[in-house]
Amino acid sequence: MARTPSPTACIATLSAASLLALTACGNGGGDGDGGDASAWILTGGGWPQIEDDFERWNEENPDQAISVEAYENDAYKEQIRTAVGAGEAPTLIMSWTGGALLEYLEGERIIPLTEHTAELEDRIHDSVFQNGVIDGETYAVPLNDVQPVVLYYNQELFDEVGIEVPQTWSEVEEAIDVFNDNDIAPFSLAGGSVWPALMWLQYLTDRHGGEEQFTSIIEDGASWNNESVLFALETIQELGVNGGFIDTYQSISAAQNEDAQLLADGQAAMLLQGSWVYATVNDDFPEFAESGNFGFTTFPVLEDGQGDPSNIVGNPANYWSVSADADEASQEDALAYLSEHLYNDETVQNMLDAGSLPPLEGIEDQIAETEDADFLEFANELVSEANHFQLSWDQAVMPEHEQALMDNLSDILSGNITPEEFAENMDAATGV
Amino acid sequence: MTATPKVQAADATRSGQRSVKVSRQGPSFIMALPAVALFGFFALVPLVGVVVISFLEWNTVRGSIEWVGTSNWEFVLGDRDFTWRALQLTVMFVIGSYLFQAPVALLLGVFMAGQQKYRAVLSVLYFLPLLFSSVAVGLTFQSLLSPNYGISAALDFLPLPNDWLSNPDLVMWVMIFVVGWCFIPFHALLYQAGVRQIPETMYEAATIDGAGRMRQFFSITLPQLRYTIITSSTLMLVGSLTYFDLIYVLTGGSPANAVRILPLDMYIEGFSSHNLGNASVIAVLLVTIGLTMSLLLNKLSGSTKMESDKAGA
Repeated sequence: MARTPSPTACIATLSAASLLALTACGNGGGDGDGGDASAWILTGGGWPQIEDDFERWNEENPDQAISVEAYENDAYKEQIRTAVGAGEAPTLIMSWTGGALLEYLEGERIIPLTEHTAELEDRIHDSVFQNGVIDGETYAVPLNDVQPVVLYYNQELFDEVGIEVPQTWSEVEEAIDVFNDNDIAPFSLAGGSVWPALMWLQYLTDRHGGEEQFTSIIEDGASWNNESVLFALETIQELGVNGGFIDTYQSISAAQNEDAQLLADGQAAMLLQGSWVYATVNDDFPEFAESGNFGFTTFPVLEDGQGDPSNIVGNPANYWSVSADADEASQEDALAYLSEHLYNDETVQNMLDAGSLPPLEGIEDQIAETEDADFLEFANELVSEANHFQLSWDQAVMPEHEQALMDNLSDILSGNITPEEFAENMDAATGV
Repeated sequence: MTATPKVQAADATRSGQRSVKVSRQGPSFIMALPAVALFGFFALVPLVGVVVISFLEWNTVRGSIEWVGTSNWEFVLGDRDFTWRALQLTVMFVIGSYLFQAPVALLLGVFMAGQQKYRAVLSVLYFLPLLFSSVAVGLTFQSLLSPNYGISAALDFLPLPNDWLSNPDLVMWVMIFVVGWCFIPFHALLYQAGVRQIPETMYEAATIDGAGRMRQFFSITLPQLRYTIITSSTLMLVGSLTYFDLIYVLTGGSPANAVRILPLDMYIEGFSSHNLGNASVIAVLLVTIGLTMSLLLNKLSGSTKMESDKAGA
C-alpha cells in the first residue's frame, strides 16, 4: 500500500477484533452443575421439529440444557469436520453415518453408546439402527425421519397433457417427448447444487445392475469403470441434452428449494428428491400442497435392468454420536438426552404431523390418523418393503473422496467429461 | 511495518524543510512494538504454520500427521492440472475487476465530489452496497440471477441470457460485475475525498486560461489524484487476488469450476476435500503472488519518493 495506516490505528483495530473474539468465546460458557452440552442441527425439512424437541428438553431439564445451533446443509458438512479435527466439536455430533462415522471412530473422536441405547434399539427399525453399529458396538443413533428419495409429480400437468405418471423407463422416455411438445419441463433438477443429481446416478445404477454394483466399489475397492455406473452417467447426460431435465437445471440451487418451487409452480412435471421435500412443500408452497395435485411415487423400473425395483436410495436417517472431546458433564447430559428424550411421544407426533416418518416400529396406527397419512404410509411401505436401502454415495464414501465425487459429477452435468473420464478420475482419486 | 519510517520521512518533507536528522529522532522503535507483536502473532506465525503444513499429510479427524517432504508441492505444482487453470482464472478475475472497478469508481468519485443537484442523495444510494454483508449480497444476486425466478424471467421481453450462473463462459463476467458492484462505492469514496482536496484555485486558473471540462479533468483532476489512484489500485488488485466470500456464496466455484480462483480453490481443497497439505501449498503460492504484486506496485508507483502535491504545502 502506498501509505500504511498508523500503528495506533492498527492496534486499535486489532484489539477491537481480539476483544470481539474473546467475548464470542465467552458466550459458550455455561454455569451450574451440568456441563455445557451443545448440538448442531440443520435447517429446513423436518429439522424444526428437532429444534423444538431440544427446546422442550431444555425447559424440562434446565440443569442439563443443550444449546442448539442450526446450519445450512453444505455449510454444516464443511464446519463439522474442521470442528471435530480441532477437538472443538459440539457434544452431539450429527452425521449420516457412512465414511464420516468410520473416520470419527478411527480418530477416537466419539464414544460408544451401547449401554445407553438398548431401549432405543428395540423401538427403531433394525435396518436403520444398524447403520450406527460398528463391530457390535453402537456409535450413532438415529435422531429424525427416514429419508428415502422419491419421485414427486404435479398431477395437474399430467392431466393437461393427458398421460399417466411413468412407472417404467420407456414411459419416462415417452413422457419426456410429450411434455417437451407441450413446452413443459419433464424433470426439475437442482443441478447447481450437484448432490440432487447424485440421486439420479444412484437410482439408475441400482436399477441397471442392482445394489452390489456400488457395494463392490465402496467395500471391495472395485473400479468405478462399472457398466451400471457408466450407463447411469450416460443417461444423466442424455437427459440433460434431450430435454429430460428443465433447460436451466445447471443454475438451479436446492439450498433455496428452487427445484421444488418449479414443481409447485407448474413449470416442471416431476422432481426426484428426498422425502424431506414433502415437509418443505407443505411449509413453503401450501397452496400446491393442498391443491391435491402434489403426488409422489417410486423411481421407475428399468425394463431390462438387473436391480430389484423395491430398492431405494437416500438417507436412512441422520444420527447422533457423542463427542469424545467433550467434558464428562456435557457427555452425561447428552447421553441423558439420547436415552430419555429421543423419539418421545410428543416429538414423534410432531414429526408425523409435519409429514416426517420416524424409523420406529409399530406406528402404523398413529400414521393412519395424521393429515399426511397418504405420504407417510407410502414412505413407510417403501422403507419396510425395500430389499436394499442405499445410503447417499457422498456420505458412503470416505470424506476425503466426497469432493472428488461431487466435482466429477458436476463435470458430467456440464458435459465437460465423458462417463469414462468420470470413472478414470474417480479411480485416481480413490486410489483404485 | 517497514513502511512506518517512510511515512515519517514523507511527513518530514511535508512539514517544511526540517532536516532528515529530526525525522530519525521521531517515535522510537519501542512505540511500534505492540503493532509489531500483533503483526507477528496474527500474520507471521500463521504464515510459518502454513509453510510447515504444506510439507505434511495431515488428517485432523484421525489425528494422523505424516511428514511427506515436497510431495504436496510436486503434486500441486506438477501433476495437478487445475492449479494452473485456477491461476489463469485468478489473473483474469484480478485484471477484469480492475478494468471494471477503477474507471467507474474514479468517475463516480469525481461526480460525488461535485456540487450538482441531488448529488448527496445519489451518493447515499451509491454508498449502500458497501453496507451489506457479502452473504446477503450473494443470496440476493442468486435470486436476481435465477433463470426461473430472476430478472431474466421478469424481463422476458429483453434478450437476456438466463444462464448467468450456469454458463461457464458467462459466470466469470457476472462475478466481476457483482464483486465490482460491492467494492466500487469504497473506491469512489477514496476518489471523492481525493478530489475534494484539490484546491479550487487550480480550476479557477484553468477556467481563466480557457480550459474546458474535459481538459480540466485530464490536466488537473487526474494528475492531482495520482496518489489516490495508486492507493486505490493497490487495494483493488491485492483485494481481488484474495477475494473469496461472494464467489463462494454465489457459485461455490461451479459450473465446471469456471470461477474457482486460487483463494476458493484453496478453501475447497482444504475444507471440502480435506487436504490441508495441498491447500497450504496453494496458500503459500497466494502469499507469494500477493507480496510480489504489492512490492512491485510500490516500486512502480515510486511511493518511496512520494511527495506532497498540495498547493502551498
